[in-house]
Amino acid sequence: MSKVAVIGVGQTKFGGRPDASIKEIAFEAFKEAVDDAQISVDDIQASIICSATHYDKQRTPAGVIAEYLGLNPQPTFNVEAVCASSGVGLRIGWSFISSGLHDVVAVVGFQKMTELSSAEVQEVMGRSGDVMWESPFGTTMPGYFALYARAHMQTYGTTPEQLAKVAVKNHYYATKNPKAMFQKEITLDEVLNSRMIASPLKRYDCCSNSDGAACLILAKEEFARKVTDNPVWVAGLGLASSPMTLTSRDTALNSFTCTAKAAKEAYHMAGVTPSDIDLAEVHDCFTITEIINYEDLGFCERGKGGSFAADGHTYLGGKIPVNIDGGLLAKGHPVGATGASQIRTLVKQLRGEAGETQVKDAKIGLAHNLGGIGMYCAVTILKA
Amino acid sequence: MSFGKFGKVSYVSETKLQKFEQDLEAGKIMGTRCKTCGKLYFPPRADCTCLKGNIEWVELTGNCRLLTYSTLFFAPASFRYEVPYMLAVAQFDEGPTVLAPLSKDITEDEVKSGMSLKLIPMELAGGRVIYELRKP
Repeated sequence: MSKVAVIGVGQTKFGGRPDASIKEIAFEAFKEAVDDAQISVDDIQASIICSATHYDKQRTPAGVIAEYLGLNPQPTFNVEAVCASSGVGLRIGWSFISSGLHDVVAVVGFQKMTELSSAEVQEVMGRSGDVMWESPFGTTMPGYFALYARAHMQTYGTTPEQLAKVAVKNHYYATKNPKAMFQKEITLDEVLNSRMIASPLKRYDCCSNSDGAACLILAKEEFARKVTDNPVWVAGLGLASSPMTLTSRDTALNSFTCTAKAAKEAYHMAGVTPSDIDLAEVHDCFTITEIINYEDLGFCERGKGGSFAADGHTYLGGKIPVNIDGGLLAKGHPVGATGASQIRTLVKQLRGEAGETQVKDAKIGLAHNLGGIGMYCAVTILKA
Repeated sequence: MSFGKFGKVSYVSETKLQKFEQDLEAGKIMGTRCKTCGKLYFPPRADCTCLKGNIEWVELTGNCRLLTYSTLFFAPASFRYEVPYMLAVAQFDEGPTVLAPLSKDITEDEVKSGMSLKLIPMELAGGRVIYELRKP
């Protein structure tokens, strides 16, 4: 079985893109990734197009995107796992290559969310809960994660200030990432005084709807060694699911069980433990999610995620830098592009190309990509 | 018979569980139980994951305890005139849990994890039927 490398990465700037269509933002990320890999489009033997298709005006978008990228007649199809779409896409690309089916595969994640109004987006997202038993009561994504936030606060004493510190950190690092949506630092008071969205989550506890695309070029070992001196290897993969309805989950509602399972698989496959991870990209769709992720991924003890954030352990120079590209909260969260963007950040770090935010001697990175209300989770471990 | 009246907005009208809506209109909260493995389901299911299922309807008392809650100030388009509203997850004395609106009679100040609640069927204007969590 061939090892699989990430040999090229690309990403658009995240944020509103009223000037470009889905095909055009996908092209921007794709071109950057192909140039980064220093290969030609003809080397690519399959494309995996990832998006949460309910945001797309285009139905079955893989068709138009593969055409626009010049990837016909190679195989192409769409992968949908809501916010984890391109994290799952990477796993499928890995399978294509390690099985020997293909040598080089492009994984393209994209989303254009700003063509819909905010209320329309909430409507669409509310229907990402069970439409038979939950959506009929006006559920929303912030609402679902707020139920987790309240439960975590009740059980472990997690505070709004601890949540706010995650937002402050991620906005700080976004100012160092030219591709991030938000380019301005925010203060603890600004977070705490921002308007309530779904109590206890306030405006700055929530990520923003965004447009953007990200692309990964994956290749088998033999090909990777031919085109690059610094391939980054896919060392561990984990993918798991949880029940979609909150009522079928563990009643504690303060942990995402799919994260714990996916992480265990990925650590095992990579032969590493949480303390070996030099930096992590975790799915901070909301501040509470980042805190719960610390616990589910084993970065800190169960229940201590709040103080782990507040004590600064996840800043550059801390125990484990997390989301030092701005995370979903401040880099932006164009749903289908997020997983691939996380991998891009890790690849840049593991190659030593991260500039001001470079983690010294970074050798092992972890990406955690959660789908929807936490019903899908992809964990990927990369090694330099 | 239909399922199209359940909830403030319906997205599902065809199901094997249409009786749930009729019973709700009659003031009853119904779950289902597998006669083979004994598993109790709420929300009800027509099928048991044991695959040997033999599902029967069971009336629940509605008595439950609050697990977690949130007040929503920003809503999907079809709920925009309802904000703010509270949603909660509560656990029935019988074991299963429910996600439901909290009655407007309960203020955020008095909501406490573990508080006793009762899930009550109610009819809305226009003949829609829902349930909500109230003080017992």
